[in-house]
Amino acid sequence: MEIVLVGLNFRTAPLEVREKVSFSGDQAQRAAEELKTRGILEETLVLSTCNRSEVYGVHPLANRESAAALSSFLSTFHEVLPDQLNPSLYHHYDHDAVRHLFRVSAGLESMLLGEAEILGQVRDAYLRAHENHVTGPVLNRLFQAALEIGKRVRAETELGTRPMGVASAGMKLAERIFGKLQERSALVLGAGTISEQVVSQLRDRRIKHLYLMNRSREKAEEFAKQYGGEVLNWGEWDTSLKFPDVIVSAVGVQDYLVTKPMVEKAMASRGNRALFLMDLAMPRNVDPAVAGIYNVYLYTMDDLNEIVKQNRDARQTEVPKAESLVEDHVAKFISWQASVELTGVLDTLRGNLKQRRTHFLTEKLAGMNHFSAEDRERIGEMMDELIEQLLLHPAERLRTEKELRRKIQNVEAIRDLYLSHREKP
Amino acid sequence: MTQMFVLLTFLAYFLSLGFYIALLYTGKEINGRLATVLMFLGLACHYLTLLARAKASHTVPYHDLQGSMSLFGWLLAVTYLCLEIYHRQRTVGAFVVPIILAFFFAAYLLPNHASQPSQAHGVVFALHVTLSILAYAGFALSCVLSLMFLAEERFLRIRKLGDVVWRLPPLELLERMSHTSVLVGLVTIAVGTVLGFVAVDRQGGQHWFFDPKYIVTIVVVVLYAVYFQLARTAVWRGARASLLCVFNFVLVVLSFTVVNLYFSQHHKYF
Repeated sequence: MEIVLVGLNFRTAPLEVREKVSFSGDQAQRAAEELKTRGILEETLVLSTCNRSEVYGVHPLANRESAAALSSFLSTFHEVLPDQLNPSLYHHYDHDAVRHLFRVSAGLESMLLGEAEILGQVRDAYLRAHENHVTGPVLNRLFQAALEIGKRVRAETELGTRPMGVASAGMKLAERIFGKLQERSALVLGAGTISEQVVSQLRDRRIKHLYLMNRSREKAEEFAKQYGGEVLNWGEWDTSLKFPDVIVSAVGVQDYLVTKPMVEKAMASRGNRALFLMDLAMPRNVDPAVAGIYNVYLYTMDDLNEIVKQNRDARQTEVPKAESLVEDHVAKFISWQASVELTGVLDTLRGNLKQRRTHFLTEKLAGMNHFSAEDRERIGEMMDELIEQLLLHPAERLRTEKELRRKIQNVEAIRDLYLSHREKP
Repeated sequence: MTQMFVLLTFLAYFLSLGFYIALLYTGKEINGRLATVLMFLGLACHYLTLLARAKASHTVPYHDLQGSMSLFGWLLAVTYLCLEIYHRQRTVGAFVVPIILAFFFAAYLLPNHASQPSQAHGVVFALHVTLSILAYAGFALSCVLSLMFLAEERFLRIRKLGDVVWRLPPLELLERMSHTSVLVGLVTIAVGTVLGFVAVDRQGGQHWFFDPKYIVTIVVVVLYAVYFQLARTAVWRGARASLLCVFNFVLVVLSFTVVNLYFSQHHKYF
């Protein structure tokens, strides 16, 4: 069996190419079915995220042939010229394909090293393909192992524990002060992309009260419709700063929106309860002097970027540990693959010998009419026994071979010595 | 037998500390669970050590300095475990267990004074002493929690967030835990002090009324009550209240050492 992978990702392809080659759920299903129907692959699975599109498959043909057929299929399926697509594609075969998938699942191939989303995306892609019956024993085993390594890397290393985005780093910092944010309230100033990211993080943490404020109330209301939250009137600082525990500001203005006297007044009216301020605007929205107020924690974009950088460096130190776990699982998979191949080789060899035995007996006993039908049957059975006995010892030795390399070499030797290319399992 | 219990207690506490530190550095929950299990084991062995020691010296564990220190360590462990279970927070263990170990160690490394007949007996007296030591354990715990609060708050302000800081309890939880410990301390010291007066009354003829320990204890109780109240007010909540809590504990340590050893006639070891 040969595992083949053809794909592209953020490292090999620009956004315009990635957009053209990405698969929706339906497209992934249709592509997998077509690949099977057209005989390009026997088992297939499409993994498509915003940063990668990869097709995994199993086919007994030579690897490079399958890869070429797959590349051509991708080009036709997405209507992209081969000249435009091929330079962005990477091809991996067998162990390299296994290693690549395990690295993807572990988050080692992600844009944000160690990010957790990819594991869910691999799981979804596998479940969808499995439900559609386009996978088989090899890809089932491969993707189950990939999910296992993904979980193991996250449990046994620090690769995925630290926040890597500015918004999530800010939320984690707020949790250092308040604990879980479920019972807290937050005010988001602005309705741009950064505010969107922050609101998404707050929603993930099931914030109890979310207030939104924007210079254009219509835009804030539109934003609130999409993400939820209560819109407050722009400029009503006395009331709006009084309640929230977390305030995030990302408004494009030249002067400070939130000044020290405003926060001092708010702190007095809120009984000095801790206040976490995230200033994500450039130029800054919050007067830096606010950081000096008792029980106020102010973090700017630079502070959060520095934390993200520290986290990235810390994650980088975990890479060797994660890679070692990946290699363990690759070895396990290869071992499983070798044992399956061994069974296949022995079954083919047994079938081959029995077929020769039948020819041999038919030919030799043709002129020996003194043998009754029972005698002929008995001779056939004895020869079968002999074949089993001849196979028993080498089969046992192959099965019990501890060293993977030798095991694979032995299987290869049997293939070369006793089976023709056509007969290979 | 006592030696074996001492060794087992030390081993259990030491391993528990190792796992609590591992939890702090790795964040793996399994380390925390193992630490808690070992802490329970240490607590049981420590209890047996106290029991064996009391049986061997035919007196209560708090009769001498070693016994009082060991009992303090045990009650600190009990209070901490209750707090850990109540607040479901294990990372504090790495900061509390060293204190428990230090008291346990000191109790068995100090020279053993010859046993003198106990001056006071009875259940009421025993409760008075036990509750008073439990109160000190509660105050010690609140001091550790306040120091953790101040350190974490400082790291958050100077934006130095290493591995450990990300795993410490949130500031508000540390405050709540500190309040719980102080509440335990306040209630037990109040009940313990009342029981102390009852015990004196029952032993008629002894005049403990001018013991300086009374005055220091009243000051400690008042200061912790003030902390408990101030920690909820606008001006004091947060770092200021934590500083006050640490200051109060300095006074408790003075009461435990200077007052007991040099001024008090009847409170030598608790």
